[in-house]
Amino acid sequence: MSKNSKLITGPINLNNPITVQVLGICSALAVTVKVEPAVVMSISVTFVLAFANVLISLMRNTIPSRIRIIVQLVIIAFLVIVVDQVLKAFAYDVSKQLSVFVGLIITNCILMGRLEAFALGNKPFDSFLDGIGNGAGYAIILIIVAVFREFFGSGSIWNFKIIPQSFYDAGFMDNGFVILPPMALIVVGIIIWIQRARTKELIEEN
Amino acid sequence: MQEYLDIFIKSIFIDNMVFAFFLGMCSYLAVSKTVNTAMGLGLAVIFVLGITVPVNYLLENYILKEGALGWLLGQEEASKIDLSFLSFIMFIAVIASMVQLVEMIVEKFTPSLYASLGIFLPLIAVNCAILGGALFMQEREYTNIGEATVFGLGSGIGWLLAIVGIAAIREKIRYSDVPAPLRGLGITFIATGLMGIAFMSFMGIKL
Repeated sequence: MSKNSKLITGPINLNNPITVQVLGICSALAVTVKVEPAVVMSISVTFVLAFANVLISLMRNTIPSRIRIIVQLVIIAFLVIVVDQVLKAFAYDVSKQLSVFVGLIITNCILMGRLEAFALGNKPFDSFLDGIGNGAGYAIILIIVAVFREFFGSGSIWNFKIIPQSFYDAGFMDNGFVILPPMALIVVGIIIWIQRARTKELIEEN
Repeated sequence: MQEYLDIFIKSIFIDNMVFAFFLGMCSYLAVSKTVNTAMGLGLAVIFVLGITVPVNYLLENYILKEGALGWLLGQEEASKIDLSFLSFIMFIAVIASMVQLVEMIVEKFTPSLYASLGIFLPLIAVNCAILGGALFMQEREYTNIGEATVFGLGSGIGWLLAIVGIAAIREKIRYSDVPAPLRGLGITFIATGLMGIAFMSFMGIKL
């Protein structure tokens, strides 16, 4: 049991896909202007990751290693098409906001990384848990960044106004700078800073 | 001529793949320790983007788009067929096979370049900048193949600029006293953010 719970909780902090394994940064930063697309993106990635892990894990003994990249890409692309069509059907506005980034889940390094490193050598159920855990680790960073950016950039969280109107009347202004792309990088940099200051073993040589 | 130049400048500076859309960040962070390797990877990306974007453009406009099969079935029949939901899987297949092809050609004709690019060439297949290029090409609906090619090359050059820039900064940062928890990844993120802010000054250019 403890092994299974480790599979889930490991990637959330000590082995976080974004801040420690440095996987899947591309999409993580681009969708974090608001909380809603960030949550939708996290759910999509977790879904694709968990099921791609299971599928690859089921086939791990039959895939010839020379063509495994293509096989992985086909499976991922298949799952991403499912996600994309579902989003277009049930959450069209969010799907428009995410634009190309749903498609870019295919080349999200988290997927290839976990498939190569975990699913090719482990049983389906463990792989499923690993997928959920890494998806959750990805989601946590995305949601922290998105909450920060939406709160300071638009004064709201999940489109719900947090900063009262009276503040604006008194001269408070939203920080438009936080919405711009470079700020996402700096916020993630600060998260990495805090995380490594708390867990010393993650500190790099230089 | 004017519009080609516009797309070129725009894709290098204003819509820079790294600073405006964060595409190809994984290899950008992993392979930017020295300027030389960064240069090699950047050139490979320009090369692959310059080939795959026009090929995907043809695929999109003659096979996948709604009514695009007109040349095969006649306008009447073709307008009922919309294969665009298949575009992800087609694009990634084109990219993976093109990368394989480019790898073989480079290995055969210029072994020295092949040796210096090393493992970067196969890695490019999963670089999000390449698939991103194809998807932006689809989203922005360029009117002809020339524009698509120029867009591909421009995005590649923008990516090269970004990775060579950060590699140069990281080579120098080694001599600085960075706070321990920020070393390596953290400071690279923050430096990229600051570079992104600098690149945003190009946003004012109206083309």
